[in-house]
Amino acid sequence: MSSTAALAPPRPLIPLPGGHSMRGVLWQAGLAIAVILIGWSLYNNMLANMAARGLQFGFGFLNRSAGIPIGEHLIPYTPADTYQRALTVGLLNTLRVAVIGVVLATVLGILLGLARLSSNPLLRGLTGGYIEVIRNTPLVLQLVFWHAIVLQLPSVRQALNPLPGLYLSQRGLKTPALMADTALFWAAVAVGVALLAWWLLLRRERARQEATGERRATWAPGLALLFGLPILAGYVIGAPSVEWPVLAGFNFRGGLTLSPEFFALLLGLVIYTAAFIAEIVRAGIQSVQRGQWEAARALGLAPGRIMRLVILPQALRVIIPPLTSQYLNLTKNSSLAVVIGYPDLVSVANTSINQTGQAVEVIAIFMAVYLIISLVTSLLMNLYNRAVALKER
Amino acid sequence: MKLTAFAAAAAAFLMFGPSQAMAGRDLDQIRARGQLLCGVQGPSNPGFGFPNAQGQWQGFNVEVCRSVAITIFGDPNRVQFVPVTTQSRFPALSSGEVDILSNNSTWTLTRDSNVNRFNFPAIVFYDGQSMMVPRRLNVTSARQLDGATVCVQPGTTTELNLADYFRQHNMRFTPVVVADLDELRRAYDSGRCDVFTNDFAALAAQRTLLSRPADHVILPERISKEPLGPVIRQGDEELTNIVAWTVFALVEAEELGITQANVEQIAGSSTNPIVRRFLGVEGNMGESINAARGDYARQIIRTFGNYGEIYERWLGERTPLGLERGMNRTWMNGGLLYAPPAR
Repeated sequence: MSSTAALAPPRPLIPLPGGHSMRGVLWQAGLAIAVILIGWSLYNNMLANMAARGLQFGFGFLNRSAGIPIGEHLIPYTPADTYQRALTVGLLNTLRVAVIGVVLATVLGILLGLARLSSNPLLRGLTGGYIEVIRNTPLVLQLVFWHAIVLQLPSVRQALNPLPGLYLSQRGLKTPALMADTALFWAAVAVGVALLAWWLLLRRERARQEATGERRATWAPGLALLFGLPILAGYVIGAPSVEWPVLAGFNFRGGLTLSPEFFALLLGLVIYTAAFIAEIVRAGIQSVQRGQWEAARALGLAPGRIMRLVILPQALRVIIPPLTSQYLNLTKNSSLAVVIGYPDLVSVANTSINQTGQAVEVIAIFMAVYLIISLVTSLLMNLYNRAVALKER
Repeated sequence: MKLTAFAAAAAAFLMFGPSQAMAGRDLDQIRARGQLLCGVQGPSNPGFGFPNAQGQWQGFNVEVCRSVAITIFGDPNRVQFVPVTTQSRFPALSSGEVDILSNNSTWTLTRDSNVNRFNFPAIVFYDGQSMMVPRRLNVTSARQLDGATVCVQPGTTTELNLADYFRQHNMRFTPVVVADLDELRRAYDSGRCDVFTNDFAALAAQRTLLSRPADHVILPERISKEPLGPVIRQGDEELTNIVAWTVFALVEAEELGITQANVEQIAGSSTNPIVRRFLGVEGNMGESINAARGDYARQIIRTFGNYGEIYERWLGERTPLGLERGMNRTWMNGGLLYAPPAR
């Protein structure tokens, strides 16, 4: 405000402290009142229309028994549980696919973005083709496509068994599950200690490099700690017990399951979003001036380190804001799960609307939830953006 | 389905309409629009409602809706068919996107109650929920399905009954819930699920679309009662009467032995006062329910025939569905169909 005021000196009706003009304040207040009035009239209109149709607004239904079966749940759930719990199960399913999807799409997107800039024409051409095909077809079609592919997996009796305890079939990926016992707790503690030790080691080596200029890699002792400590703990306390999947009757019993619907949705979202992220990464890298490459090369840095230490930090300024949008898109696009039957929040919410008739309430809930997820994502990304932004000193 | 749900909310938010509760408001709206908006199972439900090669909707439920249009307008073509999914149908009805559902919706207490505010004027089809399995599984009873993976449509009584049934018999199951019926059938056909559950007639219809229909059996158990019929919004008594007495006219005609072929001849020659009143030769039955024409029943029978004729045309033994009449015979023939007296 003050800086623009300095550029174009306004003639305030009544000057206010801080360079604000009375006219500006009046405009803002007027706008705020208009927004409130519109919101209030919409709300009243909704209540009037609901009353006209005899519908009652309220969230009491959340405590009623839902009766709907849900195939995948991260928390215990049976059809006898409440709508509130059913919606929570849906929300957790949404978060699960969104979080894993964001991580994988970022990794794949960066790799593709770099490949797009490769000096190898074959790699560059293939990546370009991938990006254009994926970006220009509707996501729904891609999801149906991936679902159809996943359904081609062998039937449960002919499940692929690439590793002991690992089964891949139409019922999804079955893996052995670690049982939550004291041995597992101590193994987790051992992993935590190993990570902490690695971090301390890294810090010491960095200080050493600054003092002496000598670099020593930390990955060898780090990995030794990461694997050694839990194994040592296993010898001392006993190994955590493992539940192996066993084929019994129609399906596997025991172990963990990643369902085909989850896979299809994750695959579709990651491959789709990664194409957009690749373009963002490419644009970011190309925005860094050639001189930066040349200067870094002149210092004798290896290409990988030029990218990591010189180019990416500058490219990130351009990359992060649109990357945030892609994360939000991925999260919201996960609602297309209804098409292939992954029980995400929207799918559970739609069924709840159908069974209870409380459309406005349930939609209000899932709008609020998506809004909160989006705002939190934006907030985290903005914090990160501030941390990596160019510091002008 | 997401869009419809949003549309429902948007409509609830934005519809600036008269909010006074007039009797027959929905019927007035339909008449003013000149068209009945009829929700049918989308993308299609063979036998009951499906678009033909020219894109025109055909089938049992479709002719029920067209019969209602005859009663309202005297014209079977004043209907616009709107495909809805099992998840989107009730929001579509309560928001006014459709006037009537004719898509195998089950009459239940909560749907009929003051919570959901729907009306079920009459039953057009008596059904029960069944389970279909591939023959190679060698399953002969639903009680052998412990641990099975079950394909089911969301937002249905089917989904709730399924959960109840497995709970009641202390069995476990994994649901695979897909809103799109075509996508769900593909999932079952490819082996993603051991079981496909739906109402018996709907299963028979879906079976005709499987890659090898003969490789699948429908288990003998009927795990629920599924009285299916047209659904409208609560609060319009006139429309309720029109829909109810349209369905009753189809049943009554079969009881009286009146068919598409003989309706005109009977109307001209019959001396039976019941028949004469029913066909509008004397009395004012059509007027009593606010139908477009006094002889609405005669118009319907002339266009589509009686209940039995419509049934045989789309669902009966000579159709790909090959459904027996079973419970859907008239009461005189040992079935459940019973129309109150048309007098």
